Amino acid sequence: MAMQEMLIWIAKASYFLAAVLFILGIKRMASPVTARKGIIQAGIGMVIATLATFAITGAHNIELIIAGIAIGVIPTWLWGKKVAMTDMPQMVALFNGMGGGSAAAIGAGELLKMSNPNSGEHALVTVSLAVLGALIGSVSMTGSIIAWAKLDGLMDKRFNFPGQQVFNFLVFAAALVAGIALIAWHVDPRLVVAFFALALLFGILMTLPIGGADMPVVISLFNALTGLAVAFEGYVMQIEALIIAGTVVGAAGTFLTQLMAKAMNRPISGVLFSNFGGGGSGEAIAGSQKPIEASDAASLLYMAEKVIIVPGYGMAVAQAQHKIWELTQALIKAGKEVKFAIHPVAGRMPGHMNVLLAEAGVPYDLIADMDDINPEFKTCDVSIVIGANDVVNPAAKTDKSSPIYGMPILNVVDSRQTIVIKRGKGTGFAGIENALFYADNTRLLYADGKEAANQLISELKGIEGGGGH
Amino acid sequence: MIDGFLALYIFMLAAFTGKEIIGRVPVILHTPLMSGSNFVHGIVLVGAMIALAQADTTLAKTIGFIGVVLGAGNAAGGYVVTERMLEMFKSSKDKK
Repeated sequence: MAMQEMLIWIAKASYFLAAVLFILGIKRMASPVTARKGIIQAGIGMVIATLATFAITGAHNIELIIAGIAIGVIPTWLWGKKVAMTDMPQMVALFNGMGGGSAAAIGAGELLKMSNPNSGEHALVTVSLAVLGALIGSVSMTGSIIAWAKLDGLMDKRFNFPGQQVFNFLVFAAALVAGIALIAWHVDPRLVVAFFALALLFGILMTLPIGGADMPVVISLFNALTGLAVAFEGYVMQIEALIIAGTVVGAAGTFLTQLMAKAMNRPISGVLFSNFGGGGSGEAIAGSQKPIEASDAASLLYMAEKVIIVPGYGMAVAQAQHKIWELTQALIKAGKEVKFAIHPVAGRMPGHMNVLLAEAGVPYDLIADMDDINPEFKTCDVSIVIGANDVVNPAAKTDKSSPIYGMPILNVVDSRQTIVIKRGKGTGFAGIENALFYADNTRLLYADGKEAANQLISELKGIEGGGGH
Repeated sequence: MIDGFLALYIFMLAAFTGKEIIGRVPVILHTPLMSGSNFVHGIVLVGAMIALAQADTTLAKTIGFIGVVLGAGNAAGGYVVTERMLEMFKSSKDKK
């Protein structure tokens, strides 16, 4: 018995160490200089915790445990190694859904045990948290899978039917009632099955109507939910490391979700329960879009001293980030000051654009956040907008009837000249006309993002060559 | 045995820790941070392993096995993508 106690002590000490490593690891991720060390540290914590667990589990079902780990680790590791950076949001969603599913499975197993009449009395707190963790974990799992499918282009962006909100609410209420019945009445196996079916269904229903531009908020929310589910099931299993790690992630995720929602000027409830474009479409805009040829755009750039590039999700779709970096290097070589301005919700997950630019090789000190760069547009000679639309629309500041009124935007409209690289004349995600595109000092370069960057690079070379150097 | 109130204290302190940590993260790192915290809740694997070790019936073993597979996938996938993303973040000084 003493041996057994010592093994449990070793495992508990390892969990403590892992919790410390997680917190220090996440803390180090607050700076790009130490971030990589941070994740490695957290990774070491995870390996320690996993290995130490074998001290508790002993030999029972050990072959199943090892097989399960192998089946879980090998494909996700290989897949994660080769997935393209543009596809990162759906990968994060998928892995997050797995975590939610794992927490839900723990909840299911515990409830199953409790449903055995011989299992004795169960503390109210334990049953409640097992149910709550299972509910949240299930919703997070199926919701994340739908988010993954949408982001991966496997299904339509939105799915609506009449009475959807009422129906979704009823399903959620039914799941809640089943959960409360489990807690207050008794843990009946049939009720457990019904409860899980309803919870899993609700996760699907809730995510179906949500559109692509709202995904940063949704992915971040599901991440927070999985954290909470893990924390609750951690209490049920009496493992402190799960409570701590789950809660830290839950709190961090909630905070990040709020940041994202604020950056879109939409309450989280608005993201979940209503769609963009339902309201007015804003004031009509006088004037016309003025096109520009790549050669003239290149001349503008050649004469500029300070250039700010504003990339949006369209840049990712066009896979233009590498060409944009080439263009940037050409401009820097020609003695221009070049910066990138990133809106917090550009892309499909928080900070998505930064990852894509980093992949293309853009150093992070050239990339500026919205609050830092906004005063600089006034002194900027040429702004290049590529694949961004709603986040640069001045209507968010000036037009009270616009659906995006109040959303913080990048003040591109303040710059002396603006070049917008765009495929055609269409509107953005919110379906709103963009006043910036009609401004007197805005010129539109109609082309695919990659192609446009290519043209600008070669035109710039032409000008420099012709300049007699 | 962690009782309800002790758990509540742990919960509260961990929640403040989580909020404090993320409050200082620059927007540049929001994606890796989210992905990194996504990795951290992969610790759920530990709970799933213990649950599977205690399972006796076929049903319990099946549920436990699913939990382990999913938890391991969360941890491994979350780690790989986060590490890959962070590896790319370089400053102008690091280059050349």
